[in-house]
Amino acid sequence: MNDKVISLLCGVIFSLGLVVSGMTNPSKVIGFLSITHNWDASLIFVMGGAILIFAPFFYFLKSREVSTLGMEIELPSKQEIDKKLVIGSALFGVGWGLVGLCPGPSISALTSPGISGFAMFDPIVIIFLFSMAIGILVNKNLLQKTIHNKN
Amino acid sequence: MNNFTPYSALLGGIIIGLSIVLYFYTTGRLAGISGIVENAITKKANRISNILFLLGLVLGPLLYCYTKEPLAIALTLPDHSFTITNSYPLVITGGLLVGFGTRLSGGCTSGHGICGIGRLSISSLIATVVFVGVAMITVTILQQFGIYL
Repeated sequence: MNDKVISLLCGVIFSLGLVVSGMTNPSKVIGFLSITHNWDASLIFVMGGAILIFAPFFYFLKSREVSTLGMEIELPSKQEIDKKLVIGSALFGVGWGLVGLCPGPSISALTSPGISGFAMFDPIVIIFLFSMAIGILVNKNLLQKTIHNKN
Repeated sequence: MNNFTPYSALLGGIIIGLSIVLYFYTTGRLAGISGIVENAITKKANRISNILFLLGLVLGPLLYCYTKEPLAIALTLPDHSFTITNSYPLVITGGLLVGFGTRLSGGCTSGHGICGIGRLSISSLIATVVFVGVAMITVTILQQFGIYL
């Protein structure tokens, strides 16, 4: 097993979790975000279940220096609680609320007709993915410019 | 809460957790999807692995469609109690904000919400509270305009 096979496998398993929990369906997510009307708490159980599995595992493995495939453990440097964190999260929140799709489910929604409520390779999903990619690139270029200016 | 599906939600969450554990255990990387998308687009290092992870996200649902018969009894699929948007301006705006916002803050539902909180990161907890809170306000406002029923 190399990291390419593992990556593919992990992507498959991840998306099975999304599909089983109904998270590729924006109307399910909107149900969770609709706090004042017909609230559906399911999303808490999805996040909670995943955290419950990952947290203890991470606690015991975080001090290791290399992974089982001999790769360097890549942990994010301690992130500051700053404007970027709060404004970025708020903008993401607006986008999430507008469509009911976040990055993982938006990709799996391409191929989960009947579950997601979209058609197979639905144009709506494809347009969302293109817009998301543009958003990512805009941020990347802005960030690189600010870092460049600082130096 | 007549659409509440705690069992399938918890099972799905556990499956997602197992994927994140396996990925971290073997590759040493955290499975934050917005970060994987950014790296797949912009970084040469591990590009093929990142693309394969995303390909897996597309293949999984197809696999599920072929094997769901025995699972179908245990798992009730969510019904469409909320209408989803089919307005292109809204979808494009939403996509741009999701892409820009997640990368500005350094994570999305998986990166901050699951991996970050799982690592007991205070900044990820704050990020999650902010994006969930703002998304709830957004949906509530849209409902006032009759966009989500």
